[in-house]
Amino acid sequence: MLEIVEGSHAVAEAVKLCRPQVVSAYPITPQTHIVEALADMVANCQLDADYITVENELSALSACIGASAAGSRVYSATTSQGLALMFEVCFNAAGMRLPIVMTIANRALGAPLSIWNDQQDSISLRDSGWLQFYAEDNQEATDLHFIAYKVCEDHSVLLPAMVCFDGFILSHVYEPVDMLSQEDVDRYLPPFNPYQRLDAADPISFGMYATPDYYHEFRYEIDNAAKRAKEVIQKAGKEFGTMFGRDYSALVEGYRLDDAETAIVAMGSICGTIKDAIDEMRAEGRKVGLLKIRVFRPFPSEEIAQALSNVKRVAVLDKDISLGAKGAVAIEVRDALYGSVTPVKGYVLGLGGRDVRKKDIKEIVSLVEKGVGDQFFGLRRELL
Amino acid sequence: MVDKTLELFDCGHRACGGCGAALAARLVMKGAGKDTIVVSATGCMEVFSTPYPETAWKVPWIHSLFENASAVASGIEASLKKQGRTEKVVIMAGDGATFDIGMICISGAFERGHDFTYICYDNEAYMNTGIQRSGATPYDASTTTSPAGSCSFGNKLPKKDMPQIIAAHGAPYVATASIAYPADLMQKVEKAINTKGPCYVQVHAPCCTGWGFEGDQTIAIAKLAIETGLWVNYEMVDGKVVKVKKVVKKPVGEYLTTQKRFRHLFKPKRQDAEIATIQAMADKNFEKYGIEIRLKKE
Repeated sequence: MLEIVEGSHAVAEAVKLCRPQVVSAYPITPQTHIVEALADMVANCQLDADYITVENELSALSACIGASAAGSRVYSATTSQGLALMFEVCFNAAGMRLPIVMTIANRALGAPLSIWNDQQDSISLRDSGWLQFYAEDNQEATDLHFIAYKVCEDHSVLLPAMVCFDGFILSHVYEPVDMLSQEDVDRYLPPFNPYQRLDAADPISFGMYATPDYYHEFRYEIDNAAKRAKEVIQKAGKEFGTMFGRDYSALVEGYRLDDAETAIVAMGSICGTIKDAIDEMRAEGRKVGLLKIRVFRPFPSEEIAQALSNVKRVAVLDKDISLGAKGAVAIEVRDALYGSVTPVKGYVLGLGGRDVRKKDIKEIVSLVEKGVGDQFFGLRRELL
Repeated sequence: MVDKTLELFDCGHRACGGCGAALAARLVMKGAGKDTIVVSATGCMEVFSTPYPETAWKVPWIHSLFENASAVASGIEASLKKQGRTEKVVIMAGDGATFDIGMICISGAFERGHDFTYICYDNEAYMNTGIQRSGATPYDASTTTSPAGSCSFGNKLPKKDMPQIIAAHGAPYVATASIAYPADLMQKVEKAINTKGPCYVQVHAPCCTGWGFEGDQTIAIAKLAIETGLWVNYEMVDGKVVKVKKVVKKPVGEYLTTQKRFRHLFKPKRQDAEIATIQAMADKNFEKYGIEIRLKKE
């Protein structure tokens, strides 16, 4: 049913429909509306979950680890500083192969303090073993939660996942979302069936220590699981499409890319702006297309290389920066295109909530056409 | 009733001969019983008991991180409750994980009132990383980060009163125990397990490697700590002390001279002023808890 709903409330509704048994979260802007909505659902018996109001984000995810290991479907949400505080817990959850789903309302990291959007927070956790989904709009943000649970809990994957959607730009925006019914979700997402759990009737040890004789292989297995997740995502996304009409089988999605000479690569809500800019540029006869990365981990290298095989140049937009190097997406896209002669230029933009508009996208297309890139875009030179 | 024949912490682990913490684990598990899920904080016990692919734990066991055992336990308890399961949750953490790095998680978990039992095996320093001081290290103990030297007598701070901090959270049952008194320790664990809500038992567990004594002296030294009043065994119910272990008082020097960590107080010369300060701390314990047994004169 189509509803006009705030992004955070749509996500909370989706989470409720996934029937988590334990929710553990700590408030942080701009994630708060999600966890407030879930608390409200628990208070009104609409969600039968134990809601743990923890003392910080490190504990939020730690409680999820405990509850997941004990055999419950769990949920948390955070952003920015909160995610940074979870850093070691994130690696731990993946290492213990616990299928935790967590929403990230993407926000910049301090200093200086900023509550506004960019994607530095989740990008900084790209090496942690979590699957990472990036939503373009609130419909996608909502649907990706069902898919994330299904993929994570698949016994061939067993990894946690972040569903990332841009803070404020999506989390606080009202737009139409087609919300599934409980019946629909129950048909799509079976009850949590843990591969193994803490159980006095069948004792196992979780989270042991590994000497150099064993550690290396543990990491290899996690990497393999992340790579296996590709196929599981494709399958789960296709099944979702068959059942509900919105197909998420593709890890990357092209927009007017088939005959494009210039391809823009981006993630998240900026893709909406890019599509509008492309429509206008196409009307002027400029052959521009978009490649949206929906799944950043596992990284769809082959899919990206394939999708960009016919373009003349690539502009990668990053709402993040590996300081001293380049935007993370640009680095990885360039890696995916290694061996190709197609020039790839990176543009770091929109940090800390700086607006990105259609005219900016058009300007970037002009820059990449001139071969100018690998730069911070949209700097206020008068401040420097 | 405690089943003393129950062995849930198995042999074959990698602890030093004479390890107080290993004995604590074995006794705690006898008190806790088999329907228990154990959450370990990072530390000596975690490392010596679970070198992959071996484990000493015959109950379900999980280790996540150094500081987050109480938060992990909170999640386990919430999950068990939701599933209608009846296993008990026991946390096993050293003094570093408890007094220092885990304080935030501990405070939150005790405030929320989860039903678990927190066991702090207190060997009074970071032994796993090489004997660095923690908030549990006693006054004047020499550690690798509070070494005695030409202008230092070692750790300058007294031991933090962790049981009182826990009791201030409204914990229904808080106790201290010692590996030197196994029956008392097992009973306290059993009582904590069977008390609804978050309970805390702090177990004095001498470390032969860190404190500097022979492994066959562990029990004797633990006993001396009690007899000198430098460790007090007591029970608190709803914040009130209801039971104490009374002793015939011995001077603190009898305890201090057994361990290399206090050697600088006696060699090259006896530091009477420092020893007197430590004696005053013990005297205060005798007074505060009323633990002295006065022998009748003939």
